[in-house]
Amino acid sequence: MTETTSWMPADAFAPRTAESPYGWGLPLNISTHGAGIDQLINILHWFCLALFVGWGLYFLYCLVRFRARPGHQPNPMLNHFKLPTFLEVGVAIFEVAILVFLAAPVWGSYKNDFPDEKDALVVRITAEQFAWNVHYPGRDGKFGKTDINLIDGTNTIGLDRNDADAKDDIFTINNLHIPVNKKVIAYIHSKDVIHSFFLPVMRVKQDAVPGMTNKVWFEANQTGSFEIACAQLCGNSHFRMRGQFLVDTPEAYQAFLVEEEKALSEASQ
Amino acid sequence: MSSHDSHAQGHHEMGFIRKWVFSTDHKVIGIQYAVTAMLFLLFGFFLILMLRWQLAHPNTAIPIIGGFLPESWANGGVMTPDFYNVIGAMHGTIMVFLGVVPLSVGGFGNYLLPIQVGAQDMAFPKLNMASYWVFFIGGVIMFASFFLPGGPAANGWTSYPPLSVVAQNGQTMWLLGMVFLITSSLLGSVNFIVTGVQLRTKGMSFFRMPLFVWAQLVTSFLLLLAFPPLEAAGVLQLMDRVFGSSFFLPSGLIVSGEKLTVSGGGNPILWQHLFWFLAHPEVYVLILPAFGIVAEVIATNTRKPIYGYQTLIYSMVFLGFMSFFVWAHHMFMTGMGTNLSNFFQATTMIISVPSVIILTTLLLTLWGASIRYTVPMLFALAFLPMFAIGGLTGLPLGLAAADIHLHDTYYVIGHFHYVVAPGTLFGLFAGVYHWFPKVTGRKTNVALGKLHFWISFLAINGVFFPMFFQGMAGVSRRLYDPMVYAHVAHSQGLTVLSSYCSFILGAAQFLFLANIIYSAFKGKKVESDNPWESTTLEWATATPPPHENFPTPLEVFRGPYEYGLTPKGYSPQHLQEA
Repeated sequence: MTETTSWMPADAFAPRTAESPYGWGLPLNISTHGAGIDQLINILHWFCLALFVGWGLYFLYCLVRFRARPGHQPNPMLNHFKLPTFLEVGVAIFEVAILVFLAAPVWGSYKNDFPDEKDALVVRITAEQFAWNVHYPGRDGKFGKTDINLIDGTNTIGLDRNDADAKDDIFTINNLHIPVNKKVIAYIHSKDVIHSFFLPVMRVKQDAVPGMTNKVWFEANQTGSFEIACAQLCGNSHFRMRGQFLVDTPEAYQAFLVEEEKALSEASQ
Repeated sequence: MSSHDSHAQGHHEMGFIRKWVFSTDHKVIGIQYAVTAMLFLLFGFFLILMLRWQLAHPNTAIPIIGGFLPESWANGGVMTPDFYNVIGAMHGTIMVFLGVVPLSVGGFGNYLLPIQVGAQDMAFPKLNMASYWVFFIGGVIMFASFFLPGGPAANGWTSYPPLSVVAQNGQTMWLLGMVFLITSSLLGSVNFIVTGVQLRTKGMSFFRMPLFVWAQLVTSFLLLLAFPPLEAAGVLQLMDRVFGSSFFLPSGLIVSGEKLTVSGGGNPILWQHLFWFLAHPEVYVLILPAFGIVAEVIATNTRKPIYGYQTLIYSMVFLGFMSFFVWAHHMFMTGMGTNLSNFFQATTMIISVPSVIILTTLLLTLWGASIRYTVPMLFALAFLPMFAIGGLTGLPLGLAAADIHLHDTYYVIGHFHYVVAPGTLFGLFAGVYHWFPKVTGRKTNVALGKLHFWISFLAINGVFFPMFFQGMAGVSRRLYDPMVYAHVAHSQGLTVLSSYCSFILGAAQFLFLANIIYSAFKGKKVESDNPWESTTLEWATATPPPHENFPTPLEVFRGPYEYGLTPKGYSPQHLQEA
């Protein structure tokens, strides 16, 4: 991870690809819901830029034209300007429109349009200082019981292997594999303090709060190897609470499952 | 406050302690607040410069200073992750609660509010003194926490539980310090409100009050109403830490592999609601006094009335009112659904309207002006575009969908620093340069002041503007080592740029310090009590103003910004003949 960086990397503003997903500004987006978020961010910034440049030109013009100099008298301008009022109303209308027609629908679909759990890959993500535990239900699609009293150095999620549903459960640390083009539902919680599950390339962020379970869904449309970041200060090693986020082809995903199942059966023998 | 008799008998024989240490004179208290706050600002700034070194040159020894730090803070001169988090938490705490607010409210507010309304002192001078000393104790506690074995608080200025509850003892000191600081603010705000409402001199109707006074009044209401929930929350967190209660701790916590032996059943999100219920209005506590200062400086130096004086007042009042209804836009990622988020997004869009109006009125004031480019005016003018950047970048953060990607990234840091650093702090610099001649009777050095302005202006943009690109790239806040994540390492060049600009910014502040310290003792004496040819009442009294401000109470005959209406060019409020 010790990338040598020149002051400005060549790909700072280059189009993002799976091989070069990061730069200055928005990273690559490989999620199906992320386009709406990016569109919102882009529109807002063009709007801000337009306002700022407009104000800025007016401002600079005033600074020069109305500078104090011999023979120049200030004009108190006690009458009312109409144009700024229109501008104010325009800004307000823009804000209402962007909220009602873009921001609220995008957020609503991110929050509410959960796929049916039968059609989706469901995973549980348990954050702890300073790692991401990923729990897959295995082939039966059912999560085994977990019990905090069973948590130890190796069984970091306290999975009860005696439970019938738990026999085929897989869990990994700092490694989230998902198949491409399949909807994923993640149940996110924390064992200790508040963390935040952040997938920069997926436009997904969700706090992991102890005592409650939050739920997000996402679907990747490109394969590649990316990062899970912790976005909430969680202690002195917050900076290295980094996980791998791997979007696999369906074949590669199956291979990952087979590999994990093999390791599981070897461990239980 | 008709105490001419006592004035005549003379308070002038007071000893040094009574006059300068345990003073009840609002002007002395204002200076005490301002000096203490500026020292804390310097300290908080110095802390963050060390952090910027670590970010620019991860895992290399901090030059010179590194060797003097204890092993647990800097191992062989290299900053430790623990000390990094200490700086993150204490920089925020110090800048907000011990720096900017005490300077803008405690310092400027105390000194100017009574004079500008024509009062002889605050309504409750002893309460005022208590407010400063309670603040001072809070500051001492915060500072003393640096000498604890485990170091000070390291959990962000937001102190989110459970992290803050399971943390080292520094957090307990932080909470105790906060209780004192909040208590001090409450005492101060009561005093400001009563003084502003009750002690206005004859003719000083509400709509003849300077905008600075209005800004302080709105600020005081915010402090009075928003701080008590945080004080309560602070006490609850103290209970959780010290007496084993679980207000903010859920059941079944496993910390470092050990089950936490607490009763549980609490909720960490409750803290966030209580915290942000204060901390969002706090943002307006940070910015409103700067609006007030900038309005005064702009009116004086454009030589014309403030455009839309009443509109500005209504906007500030509405802004203050609305600031109580937006707090949860800091919490979109906690698990909030659509109902709550729609409400808070809507209120956030609504609150942007008065902010835009305030900025627009100040910009429109420039039209038709005769702009004098004095040092305070440079800072006041720079405030406008800087605040605009800070305000505009709040828009993407205020909409939950965009916040998914931007929340808790450098975008947020860039956003609020544009509001508070080149925003509020520039406003405060404008204030210092503007009222320095009144407070000390001496002028500051103009060349040094301009140099201070230009270096600061360029450097501060170099510090904060790159953060928007980094935030968009998804660079999270509070990362000790920027090389761990590929998406963070990609913008290391911007981090280095930002850091070196912060060092230049730091160096530039020595120009300011040298200027005000030298000028306070050796500066050129002012020839007039009203060197800027200003209209408000503080310029109508002697320089520096005597104890109890005005030998005889003044009467006010007109609004505060009657510039350019007569051949003289300005019409002081207290003169019957314009």
